[in-house]
Amino acid sequence: METRKPTRRRETEDRRPEGLVSPVEGFNERARRAVRDGDLHDSVELFTNKSVAGRNAVLNALPEAPGLRERAYHIKQETMANLDRYLGQMADAVEGRGGNVFFADTGEDVVRYIGDLARRKGAKVLTKSKSMATEEIELNRRLEEDYADLDLEIVETDLGEWIAQLAGDTPSHIVGPILHMNRRRIADVLSGVAGEELPPDVEALGSFARRRLREKFLTADIGITGANFGVAETGTIATVTNEGNGRLVTSVPPVHVVVMGIEKLVPRFEDLSVFVRLLARSGTGQKLTVYTNFVTGPRAPGEIDGAEEFHLILMDNGRSELLGTEFEEALYCIRCGACLNVCPVYRQTGGHAYGSTYSGPIGAVITPLLKGGKEAKDLPHASSLCGACWEACPVGIPLHDLLLKLRNKQVREGVAGKAQGLAFKGFENTMKNPALYKISGKAGRLARKPLAKAGAKDGIPKTLPGPLGAWTNGRDLPELAPKPFRELWKEGI
Amino acid sequence: MKVALFVPCYVDLVNPEVGVSVVRVLRRLGVEVVYPEGQTCCGQPAFNSGFFDEARAVGRHFMDVFEGEEEWDYVVSPSGSCTTMVAHYYPFIYENLPDERDRAEALAPRVREFSDFLVNVLGVKDLGARHEGRAVFHTGCHQRRELGVLEEPLELLRNVEGLDLTGWKNEELCCGFGGTFSVKMPDVSVAMADEKIKALDESGADTLVSCDSSCLMHLKGRLRRTGRETRVLHLAEVLDENGG
Repeated sequence: METRKPTRRRETEDRRPEGLVSPVEGFNERARRAVRDGDLHDSVELFTNKSVAGRNAVLNALPEAPGLRERAYHIKQETMANLDRYLGQMADAVEGRGGNVFFADTGEDVVRYIGDLARRKGAKVLTKSKSMATEEIELNRRLEEDYADLDLEIVETDLGEWIAQLAGDTPSHIVGPILHMNRRRIADVLSGVAGEELPPDVEALGSFARRRLREKFLTADIGITGANFGVAETGTIATVTNEGNGRLVTSVPPVHVVVMGIEKLVPRFEDLSVFVRLLARSGTGQKLTVYTNFVTGPRAPGEIDGAEEFHLILMDNGRSELLGTEFEEALYCIRCGACLNVCPVYRQTGGHAYGSTYSGPIGAVITPLLKGGKEAKDLPHASSLCGACWEACPVGIPLHDLLLKLRNKQVREGVAGKAQGLAFKGFENTMKNPALYKISGKAGRLARKPLAKAGAKDGIPKTLPGPLGAWTNGRDLPELAPKPFRELWKEGI
Repeated sequence: MKVALFVPCYVDLVNPEVGVSVVRVLRRLGVEVVYPEGQTCCGQPAFNSGFFDEARAVGRHFMDVFEGEEEWDYVVSPSGSCTTMVAHYYPFIYENLPDERDRAEALAPRVREFSDFLVNVLGVKDLGARHEGRAVFHTGCHQRRELGVLEEPLELLRNVEGLDLTGWKNEELCCGFGGTFSVKMPDVSVAMADEKIKALDESGADTLVSCDSSCLMHLKGRLRRTGRETRVLHLAEVLDENGG
């Protein structure tokens, strides 16, 4: 006997047609849950409102800000046009100061370099300051798995990153990694580590974290940092932080490893005066972060601090493939997070809905580009194309235009799906042909009554065909007018 | 002064009264209005979904219909978004097609959003209109960022007698329509509308005005679904009320 699958159609089930929904599944599912999470919404709203207000205040007080933005864009443009030369210059400068330089094609190469280094050094404790590049390649997990025999203890020392690590969570924002957690949740996580109940107040939690992390700082064998900027002419690594953990990571352990995306390069030291002024203002609404660190190679004779051994890993991981393409501007990003804070989509969903290390508009652009193929194909659609990201970007990256180009790339490569292709071919044929357009309008008006009737009921998505169902889930259907404008015009206005 | 009226497809089919108001306001100001009958759509739905070839084809039709350099001085449209598609994004989609690009670039400065045309071309700020009530104005994102037409509609509204124009929280935030975004990401789209509606409630306004009927269609759909009776009007309709 033929067994038939029962048609299970729950009320909550999404019944939108395959063709329209397929490019955005993934994000849509996660976003659906996120927009119903009240605690998450409150946390994201608090953080983004505060960040946007702070950013506007300090940037409005800087009359040269628009000029700096232009300069930043042009510096990055020039850097990317000559990236191979500047990378060579950077490597020479670091080696000239007695440091080691390694070009890593992939995340795998970075893991292997650091794992082998840890083995050679007999390292046990690795401290890290905040680094999105290492999040991107899941450095911690892969070191723990691939080098399990070394029994490494890898400790995130940025407070937010540490709490995320303890909670088995991932950052949901480039600058505020655990903005999705409220104070009670943080107290829960830290209480679990403390073995006693800690009160949910900033003072108590902060002082516990400081005590615990201090032990790690002092015993670390290797310190790992990212880089906000790398200066080609001097070989200097610039990091900006607010907690001072960065300095303890770079100066206490005998070995300092920097993992830097190759796009973080600027040609000249003086270029930092442009970028440092923009970064903190755009990211956290500060004129400067509390600490701005410059590290140039290992400790030189006569210097009082710095690691004895210095390693710079220049990580490609898909970046160089964007050079010279219509997506090159995505490499100009300085990871300030401003585009996330102003993004009306991010503000509703938070970062985890993106399902990737980088969230918000910049995440929606670079994730599919860095991963390649059909990966993260949902993300370019996670935007209303409002352009707030482009307006907020301190480097002037036209993020919403890049999202449009990514959507077009999906169409060209056949990722967008046949149903959509047919729908827009139909759209083209209708809109090229005024007679056909007129008839379509008439057909719509004929269907108006039954549709409007269905639309009047609550929770009616099932009864309406195509994208109308998605519309009427939460909104009343607009009624078509009895006569279109073109008829009113003919009759005389 | 002679203008060709571009009535976007959804205004044609859903809100034809907006087009009627535009015609009446323009005529009152002594502008001769023509309506090229071959017009359909600017192509934006295809463009926003990444179907650039289809958008280009529709764009060619649009340019064929609206170029008419001998026949009219400007093309006026009651939509910041569709105006942006033609004036800003046609040069973008035809970037590598020199013939069309030249045509698009020549047409771009002649295609004007309604409030921009009134204030910056005609130099008119007061239509002698009258509307009782407290209103907030929603600037569509294309109008705000690509066209930079921010003050013009506000100036026009401030001169409407009886109208109390008030600000609202985070007014620069997108309403959540976003064309096909509204049906591809319906949950986020509706959540974005809810944030606007919360701000609207807090403002105490009874009227919502915009230069974009598409944003209004989305917001109105959500307002009605949540049981709100807020009046939802295009700027042209407000300026047409009890006017001279």
